[in-house]
Amino acid sequence: MSSSPAPPLLDVRGLRMHFPVTEGIVSRRTIGEVKAVDGIDFTMQRGETLGLVGESGCGKTTTGRCILRLERPTAGAIIYDGIDIAALEQKHLRPLRRRIQVVFQDPYSSLNPRMKVGEIIGEPMKVHGIEPSAAKRTARVRELLHVCGLNPRFADRYPHEMSGGQRQRVGIARALALEPEFIVCDEAVSALDVSIQAQVINLLEDLRAQFHLTYLFIAHDLSVVRHICHRVAVMYLGRIVELADADELFSNPLHPYTQALLAAVPVPDPAFESARNFRPVQGEVPSPINPPSGCVFHPRCPISVTACRSARPDTHALRPGHFVACTEAG
Amino acid sequence: MEPLLAIRDLHTEFRTGTGIVRAVDGVSWDVGPGETVAIVGESGSGKSVTALSVLRLIAAPPGRITSGQIWFDGLDLLQLPPEAMRTVRGGAIGMVFQEPMTSLNPVLTIGRQITETLEQHRDLDRGAAYKRAVELLVMVGIADAARRLKQYPHQLSGGMRQRVMIAIALACEPKLIIADEPTTALDVTIQAQILELMKSLTRRLGVALVIITHNLGVVARYANRVNVMYAGRVVESGLAGDIYHHPQHPYTMALLRSVPRLDRPRQARLDPVEGQPPDLTRLDAGCAFRPRCRFALDACAEARPALTAAVVPGHMSACFRAEDLAILGEAA
Repeated sequence: MSSSPAPPLLDVRGLRMHFPVTEGIVSRRTIGEVKAVDGIDFTMQRGETLGLVGESGCGKTTTGRCILRLERPTAGAIIYDGIDIAALEQKHLRPLRRRIQVVFQDPYSSLNPRMKVGEIIGEPMKVHGIEPSAAKRTARVRELLHVCGLNPRFADRYPHEMSGGQRQRVGIARALALEPEFIVCDEAVSALDVSIQAQVINLLEDLRAQFHLTYLFIAHDLSVVRHICHRVAVMYLGRIVELADADELFSNPLHPYTQALLAAVPVPDPAFESARNFRPVQGEVPSPINPPSGCVFHPRCPISVTACRSARPDTHALRPGHFVACTEAG
Repeated sequence: MEPLLAIRDLHTEFRTGTGIVRAVDGVSWDVGPGETVAIVGESGSGKSVTALSVLRLIAAPPGRITSGQIWFDGLDLLQLPPEAMRTVRGGAIGMVFQEPMTSLNPVLTIGRQITETLEQHRDLDRGAAYKRAVELLVMVGIADAARRLKQYPHQLSGGMRQRVMIAIALACEPKLIIADEPTTALDVTIQAQILELMKSLTRRLGVALVIITHNLGVVARYANRVNVMYAGRVVESGLAGDIYHHPQHPYTMALLRSVPRLDRPRQARLDPVEGQPPDLTRLDAGCAFRPRCRFALDACAEARPALTAAVVPGHMSACFRAEDLAILGEAA
């Protein structure tokens, strides 16, 4: 795919995460499965930001949780820097946790309200025993606050004394505390107000350059994703339907779902909006418990043919580096 | 044309542990019959409190409408006795809120929630109300209406629930619908469906729509006129085209500049609104946006600029430098 000979930092192959659906309280019976992630493949190079976009229930967050090994995948391989971590035991995961960190969406519920900001940021260092001296830890916390654009005095505050944007900076400082190389940003700017969102996006970009970070950027806001990501994967009902360079994907979307998604986003320009003849895609996302046969998008697809109902489309490169799971696209 | 809704110098405040929050601090705007007006602003700007004030749904205590007038169809809503207000609310003014799961009653069927509105406001008997409920569900694009009426909110998807909310809002043939972040909780393809539905229904039925949102794209796609709010005040007001293409308030300009856009080439770096949103308990006599403003003068600390049309009739800005900014906007 890439001409660079360097092996990928992350290589996800055939990843599946199925959750059982159970019935009964005394004797639990499994009556079905939620196929949250149903066979996805992608690679990431060091220093790259890959966007994972899609609507609720498409499996983007579950994919992130599998890579963080907060879930143990049902099947498939997650090869991180040469080691398959998909099935590693908890005790072997510990060193990995230093290298792969996460920033969550909601800066209100992801920070412990009873801990001071300094304790929140210092805790990972304590847990991993990398900075046993309290004085050094304090100095490091102040440095991290500074790096994230906060006054070091904030170390003595509680989360409730801060605004949403400031809290999200604390969440980022905590993720950086262990000097990770890979960060899963799960809707990291989605809960922020417009005027604050741009500040945090710029911060994430600065940190990426400063610390040579690799981001898996999970989000539903397509304009943010285009701005921050090098490549983008579009997910629908547990599968990747399209994957390409960000500029290529947004200027030349090939999968009918990607096209529908892009058309649905209104842009802040009344003249542009009144000129475009917008027709929303019909129907809703089906249940992942009983997904449609064949191509999962066929019930809503404007260009589907009979074959789409029975055969799952293969992912193929329609152009160099531009992968589409659709037989009719292009 | 006589406005359908006219808000004049509305003040709504809340008593909190840290002081009085003037959530709405002297707001005036109009909505004409059949018009779509957007109220845009960020968390805490007072947009939802304005809407709740119109409906007289401010919880007291801690909240209180301290002064102002709200004229709707010839009535001053703030002077109406509670029973009369109840006939307006859900009758001539329909409401659609953000979270359909919390604004629908989880223990009543969809059908009951629609017929209840009709029985309350329209004096219909059960049979007639049921017939109308089926009509309404068909109108909002819910197939299989008879079966859906027997279901409970949790059995419906988020988009479906918001369609039900719209059906309830339209049940009594309102003149105005107030929609507070109607699609914020929904996915983008469903958001598009719901907004298109609201647009086509309000146009077809001649209903005026006030849409409260933080999404600048939604405003551009759907609104005729826009009021931009910041720290409890309207800072800019005018036709959508004027506001977006020739903004005259530094906050509007900064907001429009800060969002990444799909319709333009990718920027190297975003241009954010610097600083933090204001603490509403600690506002001084000056302009609330001053600490974040690139254009602030000494005068901005002395007094809050009034909302006036400095350059173009009907396009108002609450900024001492609106004329300078208009020239700057033309040059850019």
